[in-house]
This record gives sequence, structure tokens and C-alpha cells, in this order.
Amino acid sequence: MRRHWEGAAEWLDHRTGARTAVRRFLTEEIPASSGWRQVFGSVAVFLFLVQAFTGVLLAINYAPTPGDAYNSLRYILTELTGGRLIRGLHHWGASMMIVVAALHLIQVFLYGAYKKPREATWLVGVALLLLTLGYGLTGYLLPWDNRAYWGTVVVTQIAGSAPVVGPYLTRLLGGGGAVGVVTFARFFVMHVIVLPPLTLALIALHIFLFRKHGATPVPGDELLPKKPFYPGQVFRDTVAIFIAFAILFIMAAAVRVPLEQLADPSDTTYIPRPEWYFLFLFQTLKLMTGPLEVVGSVVLPGLAVLALILVPFIDRGSMVRVTRRTTAMAFVALAAVGWTALTATALATKPSETPAAEIDYSGPTDWMQLSPEEMAGVAYFRQENCAGCHAIGEGGSKLGPDLTRTSIHRDAAWMIQHFKQPGVVRPGTSMPAISLSDAQLNSLAAFLLKLNPRNATALQNAPDFATQGALIYQANDCGSCHQVNGMGTSFGPALNGLSKRRARSWVEQHFADPPKLSPGSVMPPYKLSPKDLDRLTAYLFALE
Amino acid sequence: MGGFIGAALSVPALVYLFFSPKARKESEWVEAGDVTSLAPNQPVEMVFRRNRVDGWKVVSEKGTAWVVKNPDQSVTAFGPQCTHLGCAYHWDEGKDEFVGPCHNSLFSLDGKVLSGPAPRGLDRYETRLQGGKLLLGSLRPSSGSPA
Repeated sequence: MRRHWEGAAEWLDHRTGARTAVRRFLTEEIPASSGWRQVFGSVAVFLFLVQAFTGVLLAINYAPTPGDAYNSLRYILTELTGGRLIRGLHHWGASMMIVVAALHLIQVFLYGAYKKPREATWLVGVALLLLTLGYGLTGYLLPWDNRAYWGTVVVTQIAGSAPVVGPYLTRLLGGGGAVGVVTFARFFVMHVIVLPPLTLALIALHIFLFRKHGATPVPGDELLPKKPFYPGQVFRDTVAIFIAFAILFIMAAAVRVPLEQLADPSDTTYIPRPEWYFLFLFQTLKLMTGPLEVVGSVVLPGLAVLALILVPFIDRGSMVRVTRRTTAMAFVALAAVGWTALTATALATKPSETPAAEIDYSGPTDWMQLSPEEMAGVAYFRQENCAGCHAIGEGGSKLGPDLTRTSIHRDAAWMIQHFKQPGVVRPGTSMPAISLSDAQLNSLAAFLLKLNPRNATALQNAPDFATQGALIYQANDCGSCHQVNGMGTSFGPALNGLSKRRARSWVEQHFADPPKLSPGSVMPPYKLSPKDLDRLTAYLFALE
Repeated sequence: MGGFIGAALSVPALVYLFFSPKARKESEWVEAGDVTSLAPNQPVEMVFRRNRVDGWKVVSEKGTAWVVKNPDQSVTAFGPQCTHLGCAYHWDEGKDEFVGPCHNSLFSLDGKVLSGPAPRGLDRYETRLQGGKLLLGSLRPSSGSPA
């Protein structure tokens, strides 16, 4: 058997040279000092491959047009098995890619590995770093939620403010500063069609140049015998890749990447914030206002990139030990302190979010199918702790009957009678009477009549803001004029999809004075407490 | 270690690609029309609109059914496509047969295959009568083999 394999490998090698190439790759000699510090490049390549793989998987179920993009991503997250994990891998993989690329750059910089004859390798590396940031910038828009939309509005405005090239950049990004279908198409094309082959080509060139000049030796290496790339360094690279992947996988599985509400260009209250690795630029921009703004948004970042490009041409001294490169260390320390301080300030000054922004629209949404009355029933169900005695499908106590199965045999009149006087309807029962008003008991009965083994999860998934919002909806009898999920009257407009039509601030003001915002409206004003207003609006905004 | 990474990436990928999406809505009943005035054993093509979940969209589309009122007043509704390769068939009044125009499959009034390449009888909608209105549920493949 072994001889057969050997023969097959020989045959293949004779035709393709694959085996010889691999062998040459593995046996290449590297300096004696090589070690753990050189693993970052390999990890970065690995992470790029993970991004490509998960990116293709996401694209398979993704519609690259605004609106549809959001719905298809939501479909990936809520309806496809494994969809959430794959998006998690792609999202956190992007962050990790930035971290690893930065570590790689810092290591090369500290050791002076950009010096003659490795200037070109360094330049290609800087280009790869910029491409990586380009992925972050273009990929940010693709979920088409509020975060994506408003983040990109800011980015395109910054690009437009650049001296000289600003207007051209604006045109290239698809229009007069407005983010719409054209900008979306261009970002998508950059993200999945232009950048990947460019990245592949530059990675190939980067590795080619690296092999051509060899790993950078440190002073003293010339006295020691070289060692082969395999097995020592291959082992270190593999371990580093494994650790990186393990961290990535745990992040993807454990930390949920939220999907906010569908992008709403009319929402004037949304405060966009960039991804964490761009927060330092965001904060810099806050410090520079007025005519200085362009300095923070374009000039400083431009100078930083220019400085990176010029590094090997400024520092042309001979190689010295890393411990003697104090200037380089001071630069790295200064950059690290600056970055950390700016990022920390940005994080510390983050405004507290309204509950609407905290709704995770990528969560289970089965509860959205319930009518406001049924949702209010969920609130009473929780308030009265019905699950303390009753089984709900698989969950809940087993003291009382399983409510997902018994309700189909009962009607509302029986239920309400039973809530009021359990002992009369079912002699000998240990259930206590529920002291709620008739209207409240109606809601509870409406929900219990709807409850079945298939929709029982809605009970667990319904967020508190929605059940509380539904209580306010019921208390104010909104259903006497409006419809939600087909329940209510159509005297006023149906309230499903409200978030797509109106900004949150508009709706909140509308409650206080309807005719002012909708001339001719006969809706009476509602004086709700700030808390109630918040809950009701959050609930209505969650309804598709 | 390589095997672990490979498995951790490929298993979710395979599950993601091959598991069917979680059903969003239970199939709904749609009203096809009034059947009180139908003559027994005279198939009629009824057109209705129904919502269908298509990936991340719910599309409203036209549907048709060949509806037969049986002598016992029950109603059968056949799916509009021949079970051979999906061509639309029609009722031939002269011959009292459903005729598949593409490859000459012939079906009887009760949907059984009379001749031709069709592998099974006509598919049927789940039906329910409410007053004189016919409600259609999901389309079930016929289990009948060729006669």
C-alpha cells in the first residue's frame, strides 16, 4: 500500500513539481534566532482564509441591495442553522485580523526588519494593512442596519471633505454624499470583488519577497548555524494559528453580534459609532472642530500612512539588537499610549443607549406574531408567575397541567371563570384565584388560547420591553383605531412596520400632539410618562 | 490541531448549507372561491392568490387548482402541474380526461394515471369547505402509483 502511495506521489511530482516545492518550502533554512515572535504573519494569512471561507458562506444567502440585505442577513441569523456562528466568525475574524496585522507590523518595526534589502516587503505589508482596513470600512455597510448606514454616512462625508480629491471621492463612492443603492453596490463590489483578488496577489508577493530575502536575522545570527523551517517553526506557527482560532471560535459562539433596526435615513436621533479599531480616529475627530476638522479626518491619518511608507527610507542604519532600538520602542510605546487613551476616552464618553437601540433584531422573533392583547397576556402570565406551577411544553413546573396542551380544549369563558374561581370550576384544585380586572383576564385568556407546543418559545423570547409596551397599548385602547398583526380596526394606520416609516423622535412627539405632526389627524393627544412612552414606542418599533 | 480547525469550520458550514431553514409560518389556508354552483364531475380551474415564503421574502403569487366537485358533494383540488415534468395540464371535455400536453400523460377525473410517462397520480391540495367556500391548504404529493 505504502509503495502505491509512494508511486502516486512520485507520478504527481514528476508532472507538477508539487512535492519538490513543498519540500523546498519546508526545508528552507532560517536564522537560529527565529522563534515565536515570527508567527504573526502566518496567523494573519490563516485569518484571511477564514474570512474568505465564511464570507463566501454568508454571500450564498445574502442579497446585496439595501433593504433586502438586511432581511437576508436576518434570515441567515434567525432561520439558518449555524448562520449565527458563521456571521460571528466573520465579524470577530475581521477584528482579530486587525489585531494580528497590527502585532505583525509592530514586531517587524521593533526588530527593524524593514531595513535593506526588505523595504519592498515592508511596503507590500503596509498596502495589505490598508486593504484590511478597507475590508472593515466597506463591510461595515453590508448589514444595512442603522449602525451600518450611519457609520457609512460619516465615512463618506469624511472622504468628501478631503482636500483636492474630496469631490472625486464622493463621486466614486456613489453620489452626492447620500448613502443609497449606488454607494451600497460600490461598497459590496469593493468588499467581495475588488479587494479579495488584490489581497491574494499582495499576500503572494509578500510571501515571495519574504522567502527571497529570508527571515530577518538579528545581530549574532551569522555566528550560529541556521536551522530548517520544519519542524520547529512550523510547529510554532501551527500552535499560534490554533490558539488564534480557538479564541475566534469561542468569541463567535459566545459573543452575539447584534443586528440593529433596519437602516432609517430619517432617524435624526441615531448617534453613529465606528468599529472599535477606528474609535481612536473618531475621538481625534471630536477633539478637532471647525477648520481643524479636516486635519483630524484626513491630514493626520494621511500623514500616519505616509510615515509608515517612509519608515524604511528614513531609518537606514545597520541592524542592531532589538534591546538597543530605543527610538523604535519609544515610537511604539507612544503610539500605543495615544491609541489606548483615545480609544478609552471614546468608550468612556459613549452615550447611554435608548432601549430601542438595544433591541437585538437578530434574536428570535416568534413573539412578534402575537397580537398586543396576547402580548399583554404574556406580561400577566409572568406577573402572576403561572409557570411556577404549570408546565409549558418541556419547561416549567409539573404541578399544574401543561398549558400548551390543555388550552385547546377550553374557551375564553371557561378560562376567565377558572382564573376567578379555580375551586368552583375544578373542585379540589390547589390553584389560587387570580385577582386581575376582567380586561386583564381577557388578555391572559387570549394568550393562553393561542399557546401551543409550537409557539411556546415565544413566551420565553418575548422581551420585557415588548410585553410592557403591549400593556400600555392595551391600557390606552390603541387597538380601537389601529391594527397590529391584523388585530384591531383600520380607522387609523396599521402600526406594523412603523420603524420603517417614521423616526422614533417623530413618533414620541406625535403622541403628545398628533395634529401638529399629522395635520388633519383625529387622534387624541396622549400624555404618557417618559417610561411608558419609551416602552410603547420600543414595542411598536419592534413590529415588522 | 489542523483536524480540529477543519472540523470546527466544516461542520457548521455543512449544517448551514444542508439543513433546511426553520419554518417561519405554519401553512395557511387560502380561499379559492365559491364551489356551490359547480356541477358534479366537471373540473374547473380556479385561480387564487397565496403567500409563499421564499427565503427571506414572503411573496404573494397567483396559484391555480383544478377543482372537482364529487357526486357526494365533497370537493377535490388537484395541483396544476403534471407529475411527470411539471407541465401545466388541462381538462379535455370530449374525452373526460386531464391531458398533459408535453408527453401525453393522461389522468382520470379522480387524478389517477391512465397512460403516459407520469410516475404518480395528480397531486392534491388539502381542502376544507366553509359554507360554500373552498379553502386550500398545502399541496400534498399523490401516493398513487400508475394504474
